[in-house]
Amino acid sequence: MRSNVDTGDYRTTQTLETFGFLPQFTQEEVQAQIAYMLKEGLTPSIEHEDPAQASNHYWPMWKLPFFGEQDLASVVAELDACRSAYPDHHVRLIGYDSYTQSQGVCFVAYRGKTAW
Amino acid sequence: MAKKYDAGVKEYRDAYWTPDYVPLDTDLLACFKISPQEGVPQNEAAAAVAAESSTGTWSTVWSELLTDMEYYKGRAYRIEPVPGDDTCFYAFIAYPIDLFEEGSVVNVLTSLVGNVFGFKAIRALRLEDIRFPFAYIKTCQGPPSGIQVERDKLNKYGRPLLGATIKPKLGLSAKNYGRAVYECLRGGLDLTKDDENINSQPFMRWQNRFEFVAEAVRKAQAETGEIKGHYLNVTAATPEDMYERAEFAKELGQPIIMHDFLTGGFTANTGLAKWCRKNGMLLHIHRAMHAVIDRNPHHGIHFRVLAKCLRLSGGDHLHTGTVVGKLEGDRASTLGFVDQLRESFVPEDRSRGIFFDQDWGSMPGVFAVASGGTHVWHMPALIEIFGDDSILQFGGGTQGHPWGNAAGAAANRIALEACVKARNEGRDLERESRDILEAAARTSPELAIAMETWKEIVFEFDTVDKLDG
Repeated sequence: MRSNVDTGDYRTTQTLETFGFLPQFTQEEVQAQIAYMLKEGLTPSIEHEDPAQASNHYWPMWKLPFFGEQDLASVVAELDACRSAYPDHHVRLIGYDSYTQSQGVCFVAYRGKTAW
Repeated sequence: MAKKYDAGVKEYRDAYWTPDYVPLDTDLLACFKISPQEGVPQNEAAAAVAAESSTGTWSTVWSELLTDMEYYKGRAYRIEPVPGDDTCFYAFIAYPIDLFEEGSVVNVLTSLVGNVFGFKAIRALRLEDIRFPFAYIKTCQGPPSGIQVERDKLNKYGRPLLGATIKPKLGLSAKNYGRAVYECLRGGLDLTKDDENINSQPFMRWQNRFEFVAEAVRKAQAETGEIKGHYLNVTAATPEDMYERAEFAKELGQPIIMHDFLTGGFTANTGLAKWCRKNGMLLHIHRAMHAVIDRNPHHGIHFRVLAKCLRLSGGDHLHTGTVVGKLEGDRASTLGFVDQLRESFVPEDRSRGIFFDQDWGSMPGVFAVASGGTHVWHMPALIEIFGDDSILQFGGGTQGHPWGNAAGAAANRIALEACVKARNEGRDLERESRDILEAAARTSPELAIAMETWKEIVFEFDTVDKLDG
């Protein structure tokens, strides 16, 4: 057992909810989550925010939610477009569930460039 | 023509055994498992239970003729054998809705599981299930917030919530206790919990605990950018004490309080649930004493009934057992009552111990809480069994980590997220659990150590209260 490893300086970082503890997703990993969202019948939606404002419930929306969208590639294209328009912002991917009136998926797909 | 008064003792089955009766949609239906005394015919025992839990008493009384007993009486309308057990049988009883006060599970239970359980003509009696008519459901408030509102408030989507009960469960000072909470929350848990035994003891009075915990929650929130909470236990000796503690939790800006619904009682619970709805507070429900009532397969009340009653009385979370951990719980039966907490309609399904269709309508759902003797190796199975609308709590499995609470919390959070990600990618959590966890541990030394620490621990004993058959 390596219980003698020094962890006295165990760090806390901003993790921003679901998937915040995993390494930054690759393009393929993000796409797999979008595919899951579409398979589950959720409506994809994109939001972005300045990291300093990230603790608010409401982030600005990138266009309206993509109602009825079935094409993985067009969601990815919107995600890229949002990211190049706001390179310093967190970009979050949401899957709205109209039956539960909740979100079946919600995670920060790209973290903004500002260090915390 | 009016009946004549005929004093004396009659057989219960003359009036209360009605095999031709077709239950009404508004009837409250109950299924009892009856073990009769030797020589007592099944329909007489069933009729006796129907009578003693509704309008009847042992002797005819003249004042019965002043009312319409045909309208108010409970009726035993069906008898069925219990698969694999000839010492007992199932009796189905229909009760007219007007026997019960609106919005009062207290009143329902006082009738259905009152004096009848001590009745001499039966050796043992167990209430297996209740079908609450939809008309009655609509008279109950139910959960103060429910699953959907809680997710919105706490900003937690697409995964189970992660929690832990703070340990040691008794004896910490308020400031040290707050430290343990802070470490868990900053490390990656969403929620921490007062142990049920923690009320306001000499070693830690409730005001002090609430203040230090509130600081821990606020600081963890600011540092992680996530919403955090701690179930502040307001269970107390009197309702006045309970409300005083609840008010103080709200004053401190805390999101959630906690109550023990069986030791505290249904009256206290329903009152507190209404207070929570009015004050925008979430309510976590613990179930101390349940095993006294529900574990004996021949006597008492099945937990599925207690779970239904709690959803009506009100609570946003309820402990359900873990299936895989240190406490009793059969998988099919557990999933049966987990459905009763979360779904809006649950069909009859004997393979899961569900005796009636149950329509919950728009009543909010309750998070199922899986807590007790679990650790990181159980994570894939827990997510598979309980799904997203659950709270997975690892007490020893967080705070027993060799590097402390924060690292233990991070290990569990990473395992949780790795499993949810893998599930969404279409992988089989139970079959591929080892691969998924080992891959996640390659970027997380906290998880690697947790997996090493608990690799040998399993709890495999036979279930005492099995499904019949």
